[in-house]
Amino acid sequence: MPAPAQRRLIFAHIDEPGYTNDLACYLRHGGYEVLKKAVTRKPEELIDEVKKSGLRGRGGAGFPCGVKWGLVDRKSGKPIYLIVNADESEPGTFKDRYIMHQDPHQLIEGTMISCFANNVKQAYIYIRGEMPHGARILEKAIAEARAANFVGPNILGTSYSCEIFVHRGAGAYICGEETGLIESLEGKRANPRIKPPYFPAVLGLYQCPTIVNNVETLCHVKYIAEHGGEAYTKIGTPGNTGTRIFCVSGHVQRPGYYEFEAGRITLGQLLNEVCGGPLPGRTFKAVIPGGSSAKIMRFGERYKGKRKVGAEMVDYDWGVEDVPMDFDSLAMIGTMGGSGGVIVMDDSVNMVEALANINAFYSHESCGQCTPCREGALWMKKITTRMVHGHARPEDAALLKSVADQIPGRTICAFGEACSWPTQSFIAKFGDEFKQYPEAKKTAKPADAPALI
Amino acid sequence: MNLKSATLQAIDEVITHYPSKRSATLPLLHLIQEDVGYIPEDAIPWIAAKLEIQPINVYEVVTFYPMFRRKPIGRRHIKVCRTLSCALLGGYKTCAAFEQEFNTHRGEVSPDGEVTIDFVECLASCGTAPVVLIDDDLHEKVDGAKAKQLSDQIKQEAATRR
Repeated sequence: MPAPAQRRLIFAHIDEPGYTNDLACYLRHGGYEVLKKAVTRKPEELIDEVKKSGLRGRGGAGFPCGVKWGLVDRKSGKPIYLIVNADESEPGTFKDRYIMHQDPHQLIEGTMISCFANNVKQAYIYIRGEMPHGARILEKAIAEARAANFVGPNILGTSYSCEIFVHRGAGAYICGEETGLIESLEGKRANPRIKPPYFPAVLGLYQCPTIVNNVETLCHVKYIAEHGGEAYTKIGTPGNTGTRIFCVSGHVQRPGYYEFEAGRITLGQLLNEVCGGPLPGRTFKAVIPGGSSAKIMRFGERYKGKRKVGAEMVDYDWGVEDVPMDFDSLAMIGTMGGSGGVIVMDDSVNMVEALANINAFYSHESCGQCTPCREGALWMKKITTRMVHGHARPEDAALLKSVADQIPGRTICAFGEACSWPTQSFIAKFGDEFKQYPEAKKTAKPADAPALI
Repeated sequence: MNLKSATLQAIDEVITHYPSKRSATLPLLHLIQEDVGYIPEDAIPWIAAKLEIQPINVYEVVTFYPMFRRKPIGRRHIKVCRTLSCALLGGYKTCAAFEQEFNTHRGEVSPDGEVTIDFVECLASCGTAPVVLIDDDLHEKVDGAKAKQLSDQIKQEAATRR
């Protein structure tokens, strides 16, 4: 079956010739019209639209946005904060970068609509430190929006006021975790908070109710405010509404970002048709479908079980290429849609070395607060690095697995899962390659095999 | 530590963005690093006094976040992405090419003082791998040849300045 056409809701103007990131251009394309209508409506109506839409967060967890907003403590009498999570840092993910650099006003409009709906008076955009230009572009865009009365006091002549400030991170991946981000915004080390009691919706920034939403999620809110929650559910598939932006990187002919209706494209269509298939003379070996912490898929394996279609349970028997790219299907086969970062590896890649690369990342980024994660991530890195650069032993696979199995569920935040899933899944899917590695490394590598660690 | 008056002004302004002064710790560290080139020892008590917190509160932040450095670096900072998508397309070769061009190792200041090369983790531009951040500017699809071209450019600018 041929791949469907892209459906660009959020990336409508990305890479469009002549489209610039200033206010004048945004206004020429109908900018801030949705905000103008939104501030004449009741805030509860807007929240209802988002609830109806079924919008799921695009940062990685896929948590329903309307539910998140519904959990906010509105009776505490404390101010409610909204934080835009622009700390895009899950390896393989690069969608928010383009929204902020090329279409910052779309994000600001989505943010202001969300703030109005939730009676937020102060929002912060937490952008990762490695995007200094992005921070400046956002600051300029906010200044333009403020001058045009879309941000700041008495927005569009109403009694509603809301300010946005940009806050830069400084190179720590853990700031993408919402409670770590909040600690960081309070000027501290980004050690995630324990939940309960520190659910951001109740005890977030400065111990006040706080909403943390991903950049792309807030852009979807703008679309929902414009077209209605009901209309949004017609896009995508039930339970996985709207579009998803897939960021494809690694060994394909045409890496890049592609926006499709959620669940309407399979992994095979995405990689073979949209991205042009493997590099010349190569075949696909493995793919990580949702950012580097998602469990790896091995080409050639099959997934079988029963799934719900409408009211009925039907059997499915899928190869890697057949899996629909939505949160639920990917979760069903034991991995995740995560942040939409699809990392592809072909037959030039040695899986021990690929895992060593990933382990070096998670070991570097563990905040160090919980012992299983701090020590476990470090040991997984030490073992895989030793296997590549020092002495490799057949029993290392079992050792790695035993370390990885002792981390998840024993840490304050989901980093424990994120750092152990790669090791667990690489060993489960490519265990033979790990066992044979001591022998395999004695033979010379192909000249074009990339160094990974 | 002698800060430019523009930096001092920016510091006073940014503190007003937050209901709690302590929140301005990261912004102040960024502003000082942009001005001085690194975080000097006396910046820590200075920020603490400015934000009415303890020096340890600033120190623990400086040591947590990879972007803050305690020592001066070369005139230009070359950050090569090390993470998987870039490595799959030759990030390690790119880094080696820069090291060779400037006769230095990552983490060190080159002998001519022009550059410091570092490996960094994912720069969120995996679709145009391998990527390199030189000071504030992102460079995409930096293979060996492009690394040489960017190095030549830096050397040329250095020669003109001398």
